[in-house]
Amino acid sequence: MAGHSNYVPQSAAAKWLESRLPVISLVRGSFVDFPTPKNLNYWWTFGGILFFVLIAQILTGIVLVMHYTASTDAAFASVEHIMRDVNFGWLLRYLHANGASMFFIAVFIHMFRGMYYGSYKAPREISWILGVIIFLIMMATAFMGYVLPWGQMSFWGATVITNLFSALPLVGEPIVQWLWGGFAVDNPTLNRFFSLHYLLPFMIFGVVLLHVWAFHTTGNNNPTGIQPKTKQDTLPFHPYYTMKDAFAIVVFMIFFAYFVFYIPNYLGHADNYIEADPLVTPAHIVPEWYFLPFYAILRAVPDKLGGVILMFGSIAVLFVLPWLDTSKVRSGAYRPLFKQFFWIFAAVCVGLGYLGAMPAEGIYVVLARILTAYYFAHFLIILPLLGFLEKPNATPNSISESVLGGSGSGQPAGAVAAPETK
Amino acid sequence: MAQQDTVEPTRRDFLYIATGAMGAVGAGALAWPFIHQMNPDASALALASIEVDVSAVEEGQSISVMWRGKPVFIRNRTEKEVVEANAVPVDDLPDPMARNANLGADAVATDENRGVEGNEALIVMVGVCTHLGCIPLGQAGEFGGWFCPCHGSHYDTAGRIRRGPAPENLLIPPFEFISDDVIRIG
Repeated sequence: MAGHSNYVPQSAAAKWLESRLPVISLVRGSFVDFPTPKNLNYWWTFGGILFFVLIAQILTGIVLVMHYTASTDAAFASVEHIMRDVNFGWLLRYLHANGASMFFIAVFIHMFRGMYYGSYKAPREISWILGVIIFLIMMATAFMGYVLPWGQMSFWGATVITNLFSALPLVGEPIVQWLWGGFAVDNPTLNRFFSLHYLLPFMIFGVVLLHVWAFHTTGNNNPTGIQPKTKQDTLPFHPYYTMKDAFAIVVFMIFFAYFVFYIPNYLGHADNYIEADPLVTPAHIVPEWYFLPFYAILRAVPDKLGGVILMFGSIAVLFVLPWLDTSKVRSGAYRPLFKQFFWIFAAVCVGLGYLGAMPAEGIYVVLARILTAYYFAHFLIILPLLGFLEKPNATPNSISESVLGGSGSGQPAGAVAAPETK
Repeated sequence: MAQQDTVEPTRRDFLYIATGAMGAVGAGALAWPFIHQMNPDASALALASIEVDVSAVEEGQSISVMWRGKPVFIRNRTEKEVVEANAVPVDDLPDPMARNANLGADAVATDENRGVEGNEALIVMVGVCTHLGCIPLGQAGEFGGWFCPCHGSHYDTAGRIRRGPAPENLLIPPFEFISDDVIRIG
């Protein structure tokens, strides 16, 4: 990354620091001078948006911990204390709770963008795999965070999810008791979830740095999917993409703020404002919205172990996605058939989310089974075959050519490219 | 390469392997406290048995008591419920095993093996659905026993799974009568 910087320290202090720890050139090489394809569209701003949301979650989380008590006797009351007594506690908690949803909205868009434009393909497989790891840690973090207020949904959500592991033959029961620290979800469970909920975001931060390191080594993908060939194809990250990302982040903040200030409980469940009761299960248990597609897959299978395997498999399949897609063309923009299957797949994911929220009976179960089958067929049958069956459209010769719509070597190209070279 | 295969291991090779093995044993021994601290602790294990007076539970009544952080259903079943439970052939059950901790693991799920010995109307079960751990509702569902609202498992009047995703009958905890009226669970 530092290799991309043409930074030469000027002041004596900068020279002194640079010769001992080249941190200035590292930052400049990664986030200032870094050559970025000049055709990135707004779907690429979700990386920056995600970084913003991660920092926001860590900051609001750290201050919430100053007022929260992790104990089954006090947790529920301490959350109400935050809402009613703590100065701006309501704001901090609503930011944190809705921030989790914002995180998932942004990460889903980010992942679908990667799928559409083939960002997982060689040479960016490691970036993609690190991204899937981040997604897994995010899900664990969100799940454990939802347990902390110790409401009815917290308790029963924790019970149902930890019980998934009891489906494993032989080791299932010991593993579940080990996770609980007892014979049911109880005080030891709450305390360890709190500890891990504090730890995991910092692990996400670490993996995010690796994720960025990986795609800064290969260079960003872009909407054409073709590699930058000349300096004319790229722009320095700052100010071009710092400004574009900052604008997108501000727009996203408006969306975020609408939820926080106008419908702060829209994405939550009323049952979670009832304190946890180990003797009464709420009539209708559903996980948070971002888990619904996976929940639908779990319930689609009539067998307990089979459901658990398919649910984890629906995420595990993402790890091998780079090797399932056999097409030589990277970007979906030049793949007429893939494009259609991509949107069907996106609709299937949304459909699974809807079915996950519905009761598991009648037509809903049938539909969930069909969509679950399609979900896996997309990865395991359609993507491998498309590479052989599809005739892709012609790709442009360069990023500049695609941006300018013509030869890319004429007068306008020079004019557009001028700002970076002056 | 064939030549190397015949070379006698040196004392340095032995020391290298012995050191590595010792290090692995040490790392494992040190990791175990960090893993084992998450298992149920002494205070959780201390709560592992309770005593309940069941004499006040009249016919057609149920009580729930807490055992190991989970509810235990104690029901004095009506005559009709016992008759219904006895009318089901064991071969028709999705889970043909009694799941009764007081009997052997190979006991079949007849009503006799599910109810309390000597007082068949009485039934004592852990009130936790064997699917994903929700609490089933009593006297509900298609078989008049218990019904789990989470994912739609139907249990009959002997707490045996009849329809739905749950793999096993409701578990019967280890218990014994310590006097005519009082049972000790656990």
